[in-house]
Parts: sequence; structure tokens; C-alpha cells
Amino acid sequence: MAKVRGAVEIDIEKCKGCEICINVCPTKTLKMSGAVNSKGYSFAEMINDNCTGCTNCALVCPETIITVYRKKF
Amino acid sequence: MEKDIKLMKGNEAIAEAAIRAGVDAYFGYPITPQSEVIEYLMAEQPEKRTGMVVLQAESEVAAINMIYGAAGAGKRVLTTSSSPGISLMQEGISYIAGAQLPCVLVNVVRGGPGLGTIQPSQADYFQSVKGGGHGDYKLIVLAPASVQESVDFTRLAFDIAFKYRNPVMLLTDGVLGQMMEKVEFFEQQERKKEDEPWATVGKAGRGHRNYITSLFIKPEKMYEVNLELQKKYREVEKNEVRYQEIDTEDADYLFVAYGTTARICQKACQLAREKGIKVGLLRPISLYPYPYDIINKLADKVKGVMVIEMNHGQMVEDVKLAINGKLEVGFMGRSGGIIPTPSEILEALENKFINK
Amino acid sequence: MKFGKDIISPENKVFEKTKLLTDEYLHYCPGCGHSVVHRLLMEALEDLNLGDETIGVAPVGCSVFAYHYMDIDMQQAAHGRAPAVATGIKRVMPDKTVFTYQGDGDLAAIGTAETIHACNRGENITFIFINNGIYGMTGGQMAPTTLENMKSSTSPYGRDLKSMGHPLKMTELVANLDGVAYATRQAVHTPALVRKCKKAIVKAFKLQKENKGTTFVEIVTNCNSGWKMRPVQANEWLQKNMIPYYPLGDIKK
Repeated sequence: MAKVRGAVEIDIEKCKGCEICINVCPTKTLKMSGAVNSKGYSFAEMINDNCTGCTNCALVCPETIITVYRKKF
Repeated sequence: MEKDIKLMKGNEAIAEAAIRAGVDAYFGYPITPQSEVIEYLMAEQPEKRTGMVVLQAESEVAAINMIYGAAGAGKRVLTTSSSPGISLMQEGISYIAGAQLPCVLVNVVRGGPGLGTIQPSQADYFQSVKGGGHGDYKLIVLAPASVQESVDFTRLAFDIAFKYRNPVMLLTDGVLGQMMEKVEFFEQQERKKEDEPWATVGKAGRGHRNYITSLFIKPEKMYEVNLELQKKYREVEKNEVRYQEIDTEDADYLFVAYGTTARICQKACQLAREKGIKVGLLRPISLYPYPYDIINKLADKVKGVMVIEMNHGQMVEDVKLAINGKLEVGFMGRSGGIIPTPSEILEALENKFINK
Repeated sequence: MKFGKDIISPENKVFEKTKLLTDEYLHYCPGCGHSVVHRLLMEALEDLNLGDETIGVAPVGCSVFAYHYMDIDMQQAAHGRAPAVATGIKRVMPDKTVFTYQGDGDLAAIGTAETIHACNRGENITFIFINNGIYGMTGGQMAPTTLENMKSSTSPYGRDLKSMGHPLKMTELVANLDGVAYATRQAVHTPALVRKCKKAIVKAFKLQKENKGTTFVEIVTNCNSGWKMRPVQANEWLQKNMIPYYPLGDIKK
């Protein structure tokens, strides 16, 4: 079976830290960063390399700031 | 070419004038004494003549917001109503003025306040020229005094509305709407073909989006928009003052009246002159912008100015502003749908200035 | 720390922001459902290639600034009057695509008459109706769709049905009208529901292009600020409390 790997790019300056993406991530790839952006919001970031590029996070992201990439190996 | 002359009711004449002026859409709601406008349009089926849309809305509130939508698309749109219906429209009118959209509104005024009476009145003067809805805005207001003027001003109103991107109101009344007179029609005008650059018609070919709004939440921006509106109103005041002088050259006394009462005052002038009293008439045609200057000038030549209205004293305030204390201003008014007679008017003038 | 650097390249892109959303910073609260629906709406128009010919009507309420975010021609309407404004637009340009975007206060309280009559005339427009059971913009007052016993700033002890009336099921109501071609209730708090909701919006616009009549898409969303919950908690509360009363799915298809 082909292996699928994914990645997400998050525009952290526009993230408002709602955490909805984290809640829907099936691989627990995302977590809130301890840091804050210039507006004072904590933001989501990848903490694992196990992303499958399923787009769940991007679909529910209210800010539309997640771009998703996926590659089959 | 043979003249296109008809004998027509004022309301129906406005409807026919709208079709001929190339109006794109009419949205309205029935109310006495102006329901003939929509009845005529529905019977005439202008969609077959010019493609003009006619829709009976569920309320005046809906009608004025349909006007907002279609005016925002840059189309020529018309609504008509009578006093209580115009009150219902005020929120929408304020939005239209705030968003700087062109449209034409007709108020066939009836007596108030409240549900009032279905008889003619001029009690909506303040509402029409001093605001009506919320915020610092102006309607351009034209007051016809005949069925002919109702027709001519319907077309003129659209030209002015688009020139300034501002709502224009025709202020008529139950007399002008209901009476039949001989009227000569202008030729059928083509409907607009080009889209306005500011209109919301889909952004195709424009490269950027347009939006229509009256919301400017930042105080600085709201201030700026208000200044822009005020600048426009100064232009309107410079260019759009309209009035008629009748027998003012040698007049010792002056009537000031608009619309129906101006017609009655003409007769009162005749009666006065038969008795040797030289009376003239100044008839404001544009109620906003108001003909302050000419009234001020005429006040220097006469002994007294008498304002006649079908209300208890509204336009008289503008006449006093125009004269600015130089001369005493008399007032005679009737309301409740009662139309003053020429002899009553003359008597009021005599009592005020001559037999005192 | 950066993961998946080798994957991030244009040929591997599987999801990005639609061009019909502007780059403007959204004024909505963190986790707000409005923003998700804005995106779905613009994605639907982009997928159908309708962005150039669509005119949207923004309401009064939280989404009063929708026209800042949607890169299409739009008009801002007076409170509740969006269906009348949309009627005016559509009647003079029947070939264009027209939608209203309205909240529960706008569509189901102050604008009920305009909603019902536009639907009853079968105006060929699409309603996007956001139902979050509260007035968000004005600070969390009771809406016509506020649930029984639900607290708001004007029902601080919970909505009492006897004195405050019942939560209004607008979509069921308009589905009864002959002018309505399609009435559906959707939600956007899970990825699966987001996908379904987009399909519903696409369907509504397709029906509009086919001149089928009014299309009405209700979307039950959260208002975590108004509900005084964290976003994730609000979505859980929505699933548990709102969905049983406002069941999802097509009511008229």
C-alpha cells in the first residue's frame, strides 16, 4: 500500500486559537503552540510528522488559514 | 408630428410617464389615494412595451428595499405611495440616501397624523424636505401643480436622481393624483443600456468588486461621507432651485404656495386684482432645494407675504427663513382634507394686511 | 520545529483558500461558524464559476461586513430586508445569481415578512440562513431560534416558552411554501458536515441557475461568545442541544 504523507501550513498571524482544528485532527498532528501571535492569540502548529493531508483541519478552520499538502510515496 | 395629448388622472399619468421615461422597475404597495399608479401599470403590462418590471410588494417596507436593491444595480426605479406608506419607507429612504443611490419616490399626500384621512393634504412637507428618516440627508423634492407637471417632473426626477446619485421625491397630493386634466406626453425614451460604474451587477469585466452600503463604522470615515453628502447638497442648492413667479412685477402682496394650493392661490390673485388689490404668487417648484433667494428679493418689493398650505404651518417656516425678519409673514392653512377656497384665501390676506 | 517541509510544494497542494475570499482579517470571534460558511459560499460560487455574475446581500448582524470578505459584488441591506433587496436585484437582472446571507434575528424576527413573501413568490434567489440561536452582534440577546431554557442576556433565566414563545423552525415553515424549490438544514461543526453543507449550497445555486424557484439553506452554527463557551465546547453543545431541535437534512428537495 502506498504511503501518504501530508503537511499543513498555518498563517499563524491570522490564527485566533479556537482549537477546532486540533479537535478534528485524526492523527493528533496539531497542538496549540505555547507562543502567541502579534494579536495575542495562541496559534495551532504541527507537532508530529504523521499528517496524512486529510484536510479535516482546513475544512473546519473558520479563518481559512490552513493550506494542506499531500503526497503519495 | 401630432401631439400626444390625453385626458388623464394624475396618478395614471405618472404611471404612463414612468413607462415612457424608460423606467426599469416599479415596486409598490396599494394605498389610497395613489393605488391607480400600480393598477395602471399592471393593466398596461409595460414588460411587453419596454421590458419594465412591475411588482406588488408585501408592504411599503419591502417595496422601498426592493427599490434599494434595484437602484443599487444602477437601474431606473420608481415607487409611489401615500403618507402612511411613505412613513413606513423612511428607514429604506435613509439607507438609499446614505448609500447614494438614485431613485424616484412619489408621495401622493393624504391627511394625517396616523391613519388620518384619504383626502388631500400638504402635511408631509417637513417629512419630505427636512429629513423624514434618520441621519443627515436630503431628498430632492419636486412639487408639481398639475397633471402635466406630474408627467414632466417624473422624467426630470430621474435625470436629477442620476446626476446626483440621490433619491428624488415628487410631492403631490390627493387632488393632483385623483383629478383628470389634459396632458401632453413626451415620446417613449429608451431604457438605460450601460451599467453604472458603481452598480452591483456582478464584477465581470471590471476587475474589482462593487459594494453598496451605508455603513461606515469608523467615525472618521462616517464624517468624511457626511462631508461628501453635504458637498453634494450644496451643488444641488446651486443648480436645482426651481420656482414660478405669477404677477409679481407690480405686486403689493405676495402669496407663497406650492402644488394644489398654488393653483388655488392663482384664482385668489385674480379675485384680488378684480378688487384692486395687487397680489402676486411665488410658487416653489423645488421644495428642496428651496427658493430662498427669490422670496427674499420679492420681500423687498411687497408689503406683506401670505403663505397658504394644506396643513397648520410647515413651509411657512422656510418662507420666514428666506425673509429673515424683514417683513411680517402671514399664514393660512386648512387640514383634514379640507381644501381652502380662493375667497377664503383672499379674505385671510385682507384680514392680515389690509383690514387690520 | 517544522514538519513536512519536503511535502510543502505547489504540486502537492490539496486545499487552499478560494480566491473569492478576500485577504481581509475576519472580524468574527474565534471559532465562529460564520467564517466557515463564508468560505463554503465562495467555494461554491468558484466551483460553479459564478463569482463574476453574482450579487450577494449582507444583513444587519454579525455578518453585516460580509462584503468585506467576499470578493463579489454585494449590497448591505437594512435589518431584515435582505430578501426584498435581493428581489429588487433579481427582478431587474434575472440572469444574475443572487443570494442573501442572514442571521436568525434578521431572517426570522425583524425580516419574517420579507422572508416569507420572497419565498412565497418563488423569487429565484438563494437564502443562506445562519441559525446560532442568539443575537451575536448586539451582545447575546434572545433570538427567535433560541432554545427552550437557553439563557441569553434578555432571557437570563432561560427562555420561557409560555411568555417568550417557541424557537422558530424557519426552514420547515418556508418548505411549506409552493415557491420554495429546495429547503435544507445543514451544519459546519465537523469536517463531514462541512462537506455536506457545501454540496447543499452548490445544489441551491444550481437550482437557481435552472430557475427552479427559491432555494433556502439553513446552517445551524455556534455562537461561542454569545453562548459563553469555548469554541470546541460550543460545538459539542450545539451537537447535543441544537441538532435535536433543528434536525439536519433536506426538508424539501
